[in-house]
Amino acid sequence: MAEYTVSTPLTDEIVDKLRAGDTVFLNGVILTGRDAAHKKLFELIREGKELPVDIRGQIIYYVGPSPARPGQVIGSAGPTTSGRMDAYTPALLDLGLKGMIGKGLRSKEVLDSIKKNKAVYFAATGGAAALISKRITKCEVIAYPELGPEAIYRLEVENFPVIVVNDAHGGDLYQEGRQQYQVK
Amino acid sequence: MKTIKYEDIVNVVSGLCQEANYYLEEDVLEAFKENLKKEKSPLGISILNQLIENAEIARKERMPMCQDTGFAVFFVEVGQDLRIEGGLLDDAINEGVRKGYMEGYLRKSIVGHPLERKNTGDNTPAIIYTSLVKGDNLKITIAPKGGGSENMSGVKMLKPSQGVEGVKEFVIETVDKAGSNPCPPIVVGVGIGGTMEKAALLAKQALLRPLNQRHSDPSIAALEAELLEEINKLGIGPQGLGGTTTALAVNIEIFPAHIASLPVAVNINCHAARHKTIVL
Repeated sequence: MAEYTVSTPLTDEIVDKLRAGDTVFLNGVILTGRDAAHKKLFELIREGKELPVDIRGQIIYYVGPSPARPGQVIGSAGPTTSGRMDAYTPALLDLGLKGMIGKGLRSKEVLDSIKKNKAVYFAATGGAAALISKRITKCEVIAYPELGPEAIYRLEVENFPVIVVNDAHGGDLYQEGRQQYQVK
Repeated sequence: MKTIKYEDIVNVVSGLCQEANYYLEEDVLEAFKENLKKEKSPLGISILNQLIENAEIARKERMPMCQDTGFAVFFVEVGQDLRIEGGLLDDAINEGVRKGYMEGYLRKSIVGHPLERKNTGDNTPAIIYTSLVKGDNLKITIAPKGGGSENMSGVKMLKPSQGVEGVKEFVIETVDKAGSNPCPPIVVGVGIGGTMEKAALLAKQALLRPLNQRHSDPSIAALEAELLEEINKLGIGPQGLGGTTTALAVNIEIFPAHIASLPVAVNINCHAARHKTIVL
């Protein structure tokens, strides 16, 4: 289990070396999106229309932050359950999305698409939302402001800690980790 | 006759919403620290340490410990000899939620229609369970409930012949399937008996009990301990990344059942096991 510091956007070369269980500290820009934004993006793709954001090489963080207090960059900002985005994810990966940050299990279709498109699925610590917010240095809405916490934000992050769950080679920490500590 | 003013309830509820989301209860923090000593996975240890640090930041900066500040679920005990002046109790609670979530910078996570799904913008309506009790006190408990763990909950109508083995099987199966989704380490609330909705409500009420307090019935207390041990053998671990701390506690509540029925409900809570009580 290696430790890397990685700058975004992600390239094939970076994604290729990541393995399930690795700790990664992300620097640079990441995008956010959850249920409602994914639905909108997916509908645009289906209609063959252009997306409001360029997702090539990008990482989408599944998060709906709490409101910022005056003087704060962002409120609490931990990951939401990724599985709700599964229906929309393969279409985004086919368009060049390289990474996702969330928590929880992905569908077989998503795992296959991660391998096919050389992408990576990271976990952030669910419920460590106040702690995570400290690694976000800038936050602005770039699409769908009407969705409130569900809008697409552009975040700038510094040493944002994530763990590789599903790598581009079929590695799956949720499975491997459980097997290692399971008592039969 | 004791009288409580509508406005006072509004203000108290507003404060409860904020405190419940900023200040993690001591019993949960204690459980993190206890399990830190036992956890075998290095990644699991690192996660537990993050959760402790997160709780400290939340407390110090009055920030929600989790961005999902939940559905505002209330358990209210109204003394029969009490009079509430100036409006309805439910209205006062909802107004308190509106105020608390707005002024406390808490996330508004409620959509007004389950299919049309437009956000109500103020986290109302709350879910309120009221019971009448002796005396003239008003006891209000808030238990904000996150969506991720709620989604992994379930209820099953067992055959009485399936007995305690059937109950164990359903509880373990529910936690097993939930895996990493409900933000382990989790708290497992179990309701056994009653009708379908009664079992579900018991499971939710079970989550209000401190994690270090076992059921008063020794046989149920033993079942809680046994289930906790079995769940922690699953290997799911903190955040589902593998480890020995999958659950912090299993709390069970029971109720008489129909001769034909054995309902069992499992309500999963994430590690942000929030609740606050006040007595007026």
